[in-house]
Amino acid sequence: MNPLTRQDLANFAAQPTPDPTEWIRVQLDTGGIAAGAETVYVALEQALAEQHRGCELLRTGSVGYSFADPVVEVQAAGMPRVHYGALTPELAPTLLSEHFGAHRLLDDHVIASRRRGLVLDATVTHVLVGDTGAADGNKSEFLQFSFREELKRRGLADRVQVVRALDLGIYDEGAVVQLLPSAVTYTNVLAHDIARIVTESIDGGRVIDDLLWKMPDKQVRIVLRHCGEVDPDSLEDYLGRAQGYQALAKALFTLTPEQVIAEMKVSALRGRGGAGFPTWMKWQLTRAQPSAQHYVICNGDEGDPGAFMDRSVLESDPHTVLEGMMIAAFAMGASMGYFYIRAEYPKAVERIQRALDQARERGLLGRNILGSGFDFDAKIRLGAGAFVCGEETALIASIEGRRGSPSPRPPYPSVRGLWGMPTAINNVETLAIVPAILLRGGAWYASHGTETSRGTKVFAVTGKVRNAQLVEVPMGTTLREIVFDVCGGVLDGKEIKAVQTGGPSGGVIPTPLLHTPVSYETLQQLGSIMGSGGMLVMDQSDSMVDVAKFYLRFCVDESCGKCAPCRIGGYQLQQVLDRISRGRGAPGDLALIHRICHAMQKASLCGLGQTAPNPVLSTLRYFGEEYQAFIEGGPSYARKMSRVASVATTAAKPPADAGSATRSPIPVKEVSP
Amino acid sequence: MISNLNLETQGQPEAAPASAPLSKPSTKNSLAPAPFPKVALIIERHGRKPARLVPILQEVQEEYRYLPPDILSYVARSLNIAPARVFGVATFYAHFAIKPKGKHLVRLCDGTACHVKDSVPILDAIRFRLGVTEAQPTTRDLLFTVETVACLGACGLAPVLVVDDQVYGAMTPEKALAVLESVREQERKEPSP
Repeated sequence: MNPLTRQDLANFAAQPTPDPTEWIRVQLDTGGIAAGAETVYVALEQALAEQHRGCELLRTGSVGYSFADPVVEVQAAGMPRVHYGALTPELAPTLLSEHFGAHRLLDDHVIASRRRGLVLDATVTHVLVGDTGAADGNKSEFLQFSFREELKRRGLADRVQVVRALDLGIYDEGAVVQLLPSAVTYTNVLAHDIARIVTESIDGGRVIDDLLWKMPDKQVRIVLRHCGEVDPDSLEDYLGRAQGYQALAKALFTLTPEQVIAEMKVSALRGRGGAGFPTWMKWQLTRAQPSAQHYVICNGDEGDPGAFMDRSVLESDPHTVLEGMMIAAFAMGASMGYFYIRAEYPKAVERIQRALDQARERGLLGRNILGSGFDFDAKIRLGAGAFVCGEETALIASIEGRRGSPSPRPPYPSVRGLWGMPTAINNVETLAIVPAILLRGGAWYASHGTETSRGTKVFAVTGKVRNAQLVEVPMGTTLREIVFDVCGGVLDGKEIKAVQTGGPSGGVIPTPLLHTPVSYETLQQLGSIMGSGGMLVMDQSDSMVDVAKFYLRFCVDESCGKCAPCRIGGYQLQQVLDRISRGRGAPGDLALIHRICHAMQKASLCGLGQTAPNPVLSTLRYFGEEYQAFIEGGPSYARKMSRVASVATTAAKPPADAGSATRSPIPVKEVSP
Repeated sequence: MISNLNLETQGQPEAAPASAPLSKPSTKNSLAPAPFPKVALIIERHGRKPARLVPILQEVQEEYRYLPPDILSYVARSLNIAPARVFGVATFYAHFAIKPKGKHLVRLCDGTACHVKDSVPILDAIRFRLGVTEAQPTTRDLLFTVETVACLGACGLAPVLVVDDQVYGAMTPEKALAVLESVREQERKEPSP
């Protein structure tokens, strides 16, 4: 294939490839595939052939609705564009005949649109209903029935279909109704409102103001802007539909490296890997080093348990990350880049590799890119299962083929990095933002977020949460909003106890502090960190001592053993915690914990050791009474607690399992243990 | 012998744009036949660069399912680096196994999300059923190796079990055992090589 030229890109910008009129996008990321998205894809392919439908079957990454995997998005002529979740291969023929043939949506599988409308600009064809209220019996079926009866009475039953939704994106607001295709959404709908909605809105086309949900969606998708929209395996799709490589062309032909860095400075983007170092400054420092060779590294060693945003971005939108890396390289004068990706993410590796091959084939990598004189190439290096390699100097050691032990800084990698050359290491998310900043301007990006933390941040919300998913919100959104408004609160209607941020390097934030707006500084003040963006929700049945032990064990396992504070301190800390949790703690143990933690924070060589005490210290700070109870209660209390925990877990086996069992990739046989 | 072939590579930065060929095909050692031809090929493919030690070991492990000591020494000789360095790297990273692993790798995610959704009872059940422990993770018939892994990034499906490359979500002890049973059943019917 011919190498791309500047003119080609200008043509793509002037004339984006139009969407096909009818398509189905199957979201095939690791999560989706594990839930059976590949089998759904195959079933859809078969059904399309059998039913002779001309709709295009497309592959994309994940839009982030992990709770509803496998997810597909469907566009049919004369139908609202919708996401279907929790699909099975068996449903494929029905989905096609209903959606494309009968123009009807499937009950219990539609995910309501988050782009809620405020005006009824089109005739209502479908009504999504759902009960988001308290747990005393689900009223969705009653709602559906009442709506149908009312529509029949008015003679509209043929024109409008009433559908039970899988998820409405609004929680604890009673009965919620969304009118498609305009996505006008009503909340707290009561029985007597139904007649009004049918007369006024569905028949009359007027919005009922006192029921209307006016709040804009809390999510702002910048990093995830193409996730679930573009085909991660297709350069053409990225170029044609997603303005791909336009930011690179802009940088190469209209900006100097200094201007790129200046734009990044305006955007005030800070590193999304956790530490929050200003990205422009990192680039500036690296650029300023006189050297024949500079390197740029994309840190995709997402080792924090519970974090999967980097995986999702790499899998769903690999070309954007590559484009971001190329812009970074241009700004710093680097001609070589590395993707350092965990080997646990085979799908991400595969897609980045394909992206690199495609880019190389079309002359986007190599010499004289787009005829600009800029040379750049990139390679992949696989992590080999060491958490510490997320640390910059350890990561470099690993690429150089050595043990991934960190070394003291300074010198920082921007001065002496890979092979002793100046190197900038940027997180996946950071690089994914870069093209957006260049296209839309640093000021636009900086208009999101708070004074010190600009822009948006992606969080992977998991644990005891109703809708585990990827969430992208502006900095300054509160934890409560993220957990309750976006993700629907705690699983099974239980009481929330705490939210853990930052993984093994972070801490817990108790319920009374959930109103805290999320930013680098506020989380740090609470004894936690932003980290890479894992957010774990815990309910009242979770023991904080157990959580602290879990994270500490992780850090002890992952300590590289180079420096004593981390190696010995971690081990000793673990011994003390273990003693306490067995009810054998001594009264002086809490003070001892503080002393060890302090030593580790002060004297450890790298971030792993310095932050390893955070989970312990923060649980101690907010849930000290749980530790105290173990110490005072003695072994009998400890035994009781472990019994309670095991009873709680067996009792908590939710009937929700039944639903997910049907989605498990293999037929499950009952086997007695 | 082999070790003299490539002295220039230690710690040398890799060439910048990849349009340049990765490595020149190095001169064939005509004297002694390589004791591990497959390993020799892997090393050759990586241009005998010590910097490529990690990817080399990854590929060797893929071939042998673990890293036998003889091969580690052979890699060290071929790359002209100290065996201690190769052993150091091989023991540092969690992915490398010095002992033979089972035919089927059973990995249970014990990431945070899976942990709070009760992955530990699943692990206990699997270990009990297969008669393995943390210290002795491989079954005697070398059919299964049971490991925990920090996080697989499929937290929406927690708890997650991975057998070889197949991911199973929303596991319970019963379901996990059923998965293993089906693998064993498959083995009984038509043993894979």
